[in-house]
Amino acid sequence: MTSDLNIVALVSIGQHPKSGRARRAEQDARAVELGMRLAGDNVQVLHAGDAAEETLRQYAGMGLKSLRVLQQSPQADAVVALGDYLAEHRADVVLTGVRAESGESSGMAPYLLAEKLGWPLVTRIADIVSIENGEAQILQALPRGQRRAIQVRLPFVASVDMAAQVARQSAFGPGRRAELESLPWVETPDSERAQFKEAPARKRPKRLKKVKATTAAERFKAATAKSQGTGGRIIKDQPPTEQAQAIFDLLLEEGVLR
Amino acid sequence: MILDWLLPVLISAALVLALAGAIKRVNLWRAGQPDSVNLIAGLMAMPRRYLVDLHHVVERDKYMSNTHVATAGGFVLSMLLIVLVHLFGLESRWLAWALLASSVLMFTGAVFVFRRRLNPPSRLSKGPWMRLPKSLLMFSASFFILTLPAAGILPEDFGGWVLALILLVGVAWGLSELVFGMTWGGPMKHAFAGALHLAFHRRPERFNGGRSTGLKPVDLQARVLGVEKPTDFKWNQLLGFDACVQCGKCEAMCPAFAAGQPLNPKKLIQDMVIGLAGGSDAKFAGSPYPGVELGHAVGGPGQTITEGLVNPDTLWSCTTCRACVEECPMMIEHVDAIVDMRRFLTMEKGNTPNKGAEVLENLIATDNPNGFDPGGRMNWAADQNLPLMSDVKEADVLFWVSDGAFDMRSQRILRAFVKVLKAAGVDFAVLGDEERDSGDVARRLGDDATFQSLAKRNIAVLNKYRFKRIVTTDPHAFHVLKNEYGDLGGHYEVLHHTTFINELVQLGRLQLDTFKGGTVTYHDPCYLGRYNGEYDSPRDLLKALGIELAEMERSGFRSRCCGGGGGAPITDIPGEHRIADMRMEDARAVGAELVAVGCQQCTAMLEGVVEPRPQIKDIAELVSEALIEGAPAARAAVAEEVLS
Repeated sequence: MTSDLNIVALVSIGQHPKSGRARRAEQDARAVELGMRLAGDNVQVLHAGDAAEETLRQYAGMGLKSLRVLQQSPQADAVVALGDYLAEHRADVVLTGVRAESGESSGMAPYLLAEKLGWPLVTRIADIVSIENGEAQILQALPRGQRRAIQVRLPFVASVDMAAQVARQSAFGPGRRAELESLPWVETPDSERAQFKEAPARKRPKRLKKVKATTAAERFKAATAKSQGTGGRIIKDQPPTEQAQAIFDLLLEEGVLR
Repeated sequence: MILDWLLPVLISAALVLALAGAIKRVNLWRAGQPDSVNLIAGLMAMPRRYLVDLHHVVERDKYMSNTHVATAGGFVLSMLLIVLVHLFGLESRWLAWALLASSVLMFTGAVFVFRRRLNPPSRLSKGPWMRLPKSLLMFSASFFILTLPAAGILPEDFGGWVLALILLVGVAWGLSELVFGMTWGGPMKHAFAGALHLAFHRRPERFNGGRSTGLKPVDLQARVLGVEKPTDFKWNQLLGFDACVQCGKCEAMCPAFAAGQPLNPKKLIQDMVIGLAGGSDAKFAGSPYPGVELGHAVGGPGQTITEGLVNPDTLWSCTTCRACVEECPMMIEHVDAIVDMRRFLTMEKGNTPNKGAEVLENLIATDNPNGFDPGGRMNWAADQNLPLMSDVKEADVLFWVSDGAFDMRSQRILRAFVKVLKAAGVDFAVLGDEERDSGDVARRLGDDATFQSLAKRNIAVLNKYRFKRIVTTDPHAFHVLKNEYGDLGGHYEVLHHTTFINELVQLGRLQLDTFKGGTVTYHDPCYLGRYNGEYDSPRDLLKALGIELAEMERSGFRSRCCGGGGGAPITDIPGEHRIADMRMEDARAVGAELVAVGCQQCTAMLEGVVEPRPQIKDIAELVSEALIEGAPAARAAVAEEVLS
């Protein structure tokens, strides 16, 4: 569409939810996909971390000639390095995922970057429809497949939602051939994160749906029917004591309070 | 007489032209990639390969094999004698009489070729191939008459100018079709290219009754992965394409073609010929790819095959069932070529259709095609108390569970097999969560990088433990472990569960009740039958259950695919019918109430056919149902003398 634009997609090392294995992160890959559809292989894909990380080749396998890596140790704060780099190098659009699959996974990276650069941030976008005269037409993803049309002036940061076009297949050959350009970069230790302790998440107990079905058809319906949110009550105009009582009753009913 | 000087000139001209054509053709093949072939040994072995191995395949069609022996034998003999008698002018009654005899032989054969062409089946190519019997008749008849004077039957100047002219036309026609037509791309090209193809075949193990079905590994460091252009094929693959006789036996057996998917193995090979020589398919005179019009495919040696010559859908329609390869009288390797081109599409273009990309991504991230938790591989056997290799370190039998572990229907087969193993008191263990997908699907989908990664990790795990043999209920894993891990350093004795159970029954370690039920037929899985030649054990086993099989018309080496191989259910190229439905029709045609299978993939495909239909059961399930358990005689005696 506009190949003279400088579009940067930021990528991280993802983690498969079942195997825990490193992979290309789903949202970041969508950011690369969106960038590639806007700028072909002129899109610049940027990673702050280790250039020797083989997983980066899964992004490269989407058809990138090269991938730039700001060399950082695992203890470093990637956001600082990325912010410094983007402040130095002209970029028109910076695309990120909404939230990383590994590490802190706080979803703060796009906010911190936008703040640092002083650019607008558009969260959870589904598509960039067009970029003309320094202004982008963007579709923001809302729940239930709704979209909000947004206009924003360049440059800006956008986080790419899962509703965006799914990333193209990664091919082994181009991935292997792509150049991983390693750029030595100043490291800022992440003092906050150094104090974190990581532990596997505990599985939360899930309430089982009681299905009083006698026929296969009923069971099928129960398994596939969308929850209608029945049983809820809207309490708006009652006095606060009544409202509190209603909440209390619900908590008792749900077994939260005993 | 004019022919006295013109005939030697014509013959020499034909021979010179043939030589020039041969050089040109050889150069086309040499544009391919190098492949290590022992040229001398190949040429030495060629007559035997032609007269024995190839003849065995052709002999399945008695009419055609006799016809071919007469025609080709007569021609080769005639041609030798023509050179002696008419070119070198050797004046010998004996030679002349021999030439008369050989041309009569050839003429007789040609008459039968002619008759076959009167009302040719649709699988045969028409076009220039319809001309061939006439050329054969013309050649043999002309030389017969021409040789009569030399044999002393007719006077030298018999017939005068008119006959001489007629004979001249006949000779010129015959020579151009049969001598230099051989190297300039006419129907007779199959003789020239076919002979060399047999000599320099990429899988010499296939001759002398051998078998070679494992795909060749990709060099992952190569400039381009897989085959992009015709010149990316090995040179002897290109040669193999040129050997095609367009008999269409492959077309008649191809399940994808029958299902109306856009694949016809014969056309594909002819497209490869277009690719290696350059041109378009406008003159192709056989059945097109179903639903694809002729005349639009254009290609050349340096052009990307999937851009203009062959639609990727054609390549993804193949179930890799190998029916075409099994049937091909020229022993062409269709499946190798298809997978080679898929490799380019997947590993270079990142263009595996439909669920392909997702499956490959899952295989990379979770070592199973559906993205299940790799730590849940043993959930199916939570109540089975199976010994793990990581605990026992050593067992007689390593039971390769395969990805069936994640599928509820396949789990029933696995449980049945475990029951049988336990009843026979077999010392076995499983790898549990250390097992990974065998890599079969990744490889057939063209992702050899993922295949090699999975295979290497599986081999590393297997090499940690001591076992005598691997047994698996999945013919795909069976094939890959047995025939394809070798290239990566994994050499094992691998058995399919039907072979193994049959062995247990023969040893008397299992006591079986007789099967009570209706008519039973058996569906040969491609990867068990055609890929590994195991047709007997499943049948013996069914016999041991007291089952009298109602064999389907397409059974044994001619078994029809269920449609589940080669990643075909994943790429899911639309056609007019579903292959599984057609297979079920085969079963219904023999009145089967139960289809016995030996493959979880076949089970899934055939059970996907809408009811009412015959029931589907794996042989392991049939055996486990018929087990007479607690027969101590069978169990006690065994412990030592088995499985060594």
